[in-house]
Amino acid sequence: MAIYQLNVNGKEHQVEADADTPILWVLRDHIGLLGTKYGCGIAQCGACTIHLEDSAVRSCSLPISSVGDKPITTIEGLSEKASHPLQNAWREYDVPQCGYCQAGQIMNAAAFLKNNPNPSNGEIESAMNGNLCRCGTYNRIKAAIQAAVKNS
Amino acid sequence: MTLIKTQYNRRSFLKASTLAGGGFVLGFNWLAGCTPVAEEVAEFVPPSAWFDLNAYLKIGDTGVVTIMAPNPEIGQNVKTSMPMIIAEELDVAWRDVIVEQAPLNTESFSRQVAGGSQSIRQGWQSLRMAGATARQMLVLAAANLWGVAPEDCTTSDGVITNNRGESITYGEIALAASALEVPEEVKLKNPSNFKIIGTNISNVDIEGIITGKPLFGLDVRREGMKFAVVLRPPAFGQKLESFVDTAAREVKGVTDVIRFGDKVAVLANSTWAAMKGKKALSAKWITENPLESTTYHDEELNKLLDKWTELPLRKEGSVRYDLAIADQVIERVYEAPFLPHNCLEPMNFFADVTDEKAELIGPVQTPEWTRKRVATLLGREEKDVTIDLTRMGGGFGRRLYGDFALEAAEISSLAKLPVMVVFSREDDMTAGTYRPASKYKFKAGIKAGKMTSYYLVGAGVNMDNSTRENNFPAGAVENYQVESHNLESNITTGAWRAPVTNFLAFAEQSFLDEVAATLGQDPIQFRLDLFDQAKNSPFGELGYDVEKSKGVIKLVAEKAYWGKPKPGVYQGFSTYYSHNTYVAEVAEVIMENGAPKVQKVVCAIDCGIVINPQAAINQAQGGIIDGIGHAMYGDFVFENGVPQSSNFNNYRLIRMQEAPEVEIHFVQSNNDPTGLGEPTLPPVGGAVANAIHAATGERIYKQPFVKNLKVLG
Ligand code: FES
Ligand code: FES
Repeated sequence: MAIYQLNVNGKEHQVEADADTPILWVLRDHIGLLGTKYGCGIAQCGACTIHLEDSAVRSCSLPISSVGDKPITTIEGLSEKASHPLQNAWREYDVPQCGYCQAGQIMNAAAFLKNNPNPSNGEIESAMNGNLCRCGTYNRIKAAIQAAVKNS
Repeated sequence: MTLIKTQYNRRSFLKASTLAGGGFVLGFNWLAGCTPVAEEVAEFVPPSAWFDLNAYLKIGDTGVVTIMAPNPEIGQNVKTSMPMIIAEELDVAWRDVIVEQAPLNTESFSRQVAGGSQSIRQGWQSLRMAGATARQMLVLAAANLWGVAPEDCTTSDGVITNNRGESITYGEIALAASALEVPEEVKLKNPSNFKIIGTNISNVDIEGIITGKPLFGLDVRREGMKFAVVLRPPAFGQKLESFVDTAAREVKGVTDVIRFGDKVAVLANSTWAAMKGKKALSAKWITENPLESTTYHDEELNKLLDKWTELPLRKEGSVRYDLAIADQVIERVYEAPFLPHNCLEPMNFFADVTDEKAELIGPVQTPEWTRKRVATLLGREEKDVTIDLTRMGGGFGRRLYGDFALEAAEISSLAKLPVMVVFSREDDMTAGTYRPASKYKFKAGIKAGKMTSYYLVGAGVNMDNSTRENNFPAGAVENYQVESHNLESNITTGAWRAPVTNFLAFAEQSFLDEVAATLGQDPIQFRLDLFDQAKNSPFGELGYDVEKSKGVIKLVAEKAYWGKPKPGVYQGFSTYYSHNTYVAEVAEVIMENGAPKVQKVVCAIDCGIVINPQAAINQAQGGIIDGIGHAMYGDFVFENGVPQSSNFNNYRLIRMQEAPEVEIHFVQSNNDPTGLGEPTLPPVGGAVANAIHAATGERIYKQPFVKNLKVLG
């Protein structure tokens, strides 16, 4: 075990963990931030997506030892008062069914739009293809992202 | 207006006698924690007193209403739509409603189950009565106060007004109302006066979902709780002989290793440590039962398909004779593999079993049945076992089985600690209750350009009845026979979204399409003619409503411009009645780089009154995308009892790029509502297969399509 200094949603945390511990479990079990979800553990579903600096990463496959001093943002820290254009669009389109994948969908889309604020339909589809929605809310996820693009 | 006796499920409408002051609840803070309304409305003032009018609802002195969502929420949106029904009859504004998930409480609520698309259909009456009863008590209390007749009072948005123009809010009269007797009879609204039902209401958990609030089973945390990850037999048919846990116990964070039955639980302070601990176990397994492979199921099911039975499930005329004298016989076999459910939130459950009580919390579709089994397992009385429900990251039938809750209870009772059992994705996929593999053989006899006989034999793994013998075209064909055979297996199987019909419908609707094509008839007209036959001179009983069946077919044909697709677009049709709901679908396929791609599905639905259109559309779209995904990609193979897929790298689920646009149309109806969780799924495989045939000339007889389609091979 070693001690790591993490910056999560603008707050410093000291965490004692094995070097191979994925950030997903550090967030959920050590820090108590439960918004980031576990779906597969092998970077195949996107439920655990967070931001490392400005990039979307799969936290289930990101060992704590590889984070260094890069800041982490989770769904809890995406915006003040849940006011990110994507969160607004998610509300407007009432996107979720079970809701389990949605934090990961929003985090993935948020990082994507930061790098590509005016994406084509095809670009949205390929950027979001790594995020599974078992309930099949893909039509609405796409519509909500398109709406967020227009509104921001 | 409908008058209804409250005797029906009356216990739900009686005030909880344990509450102080005959239903007067002192103002403890219901609003602590995550209540979206409280967060949204800046100046929200919590009521200082609540009045309990029945088990479903409480009214605060400020007029705020807390409504209990009685049924488990698996993504079908009943946590929003069921309270909407109560609020409608109560006649309050939705903005004044706070929804809470009810715990398991069989005293107050009937059928707290998520399954069979039945929550809305079976809850409809009692939910309406819950709202109407409370409304009637509030009106009576106000009428008494004013000295007027209740008939001289009207309600709207939580305000009662009399014919003199005086008014009072529900909050102000709730105390007096809570002291009244529950009325013998209540009046229900006329559906044409509905103000909430039929409007778009957002998911009550939307704020929590988009901000990452702990809503799900895996998010439960309790003081002193350990995470338990379980090693289970790797093959169906195996049992645990022995295990070595030295290395597991050395993993940092692991606190205990416990054997229970043929399983070993590793307890730890974090999920990761428990997972690592499990990997560090080594175990010896003994084979007690045959280790089955997919090739074995294949051969055995084939044998069963060739067996005529003396006991058909349904029989009209003589299929044998008619097939013998037919001008032409079309015979086809359709095959489907096992399927795992793959809820995105893997199975999990929390249990804290002490000498006094067993407290369970988590995602389960059948809390009542699960409580019974937990009580039996622990040798406790049911009253000493509680189950609280969380939101569920999907159900699809997997969470009907409660095995995960029983594991949690057993481990907690052995460890004497609060425990959360967590399935890894691999555990979830390889220790499932799978959609059973099944096969169907059809024969249609054609005489003088008509289908005069229809024979179906089904064979499935652990399927008592692999068919739905009274479904269309039963009643429409003179000689009709349906049979079913069962192949017993030690692989655990169970309900998977739209049990049986999730594949049977594909087989039937593909076969009918082929019969229509053989007869040179339009597939829609062919079915409409059969429905007319069933209506005008049926052969035996009908298990479906002809007019509703035709209604959805005509609606979808119109909305999809059936028969007039754009150039390069190929259409396929399918229709199915299941779970009390009528559905017809047209799939549109285009050819992209030489391969068929589903670009759109148009769907018409008759589910009676639509409670919450935007949520209903979401559910219907989800069923279609789920159906396409599993028809195209779903495959699950066993090798000597061991599942050959274990995670999403070797099990393919549909993704955004493959998901078509889905357009939903509802038949306008004032009939009582039926469910939507399942019915749009069964027909879609057939619609897609028929469209692929239109595009490529190739028929598909086997799922998954990607493995069995030559143009893709
Ligand atoms: S849990 Fe990380 S991608 Fe699935
Ligand atoms: S909403 Fe259920 S997995 Fe996406």
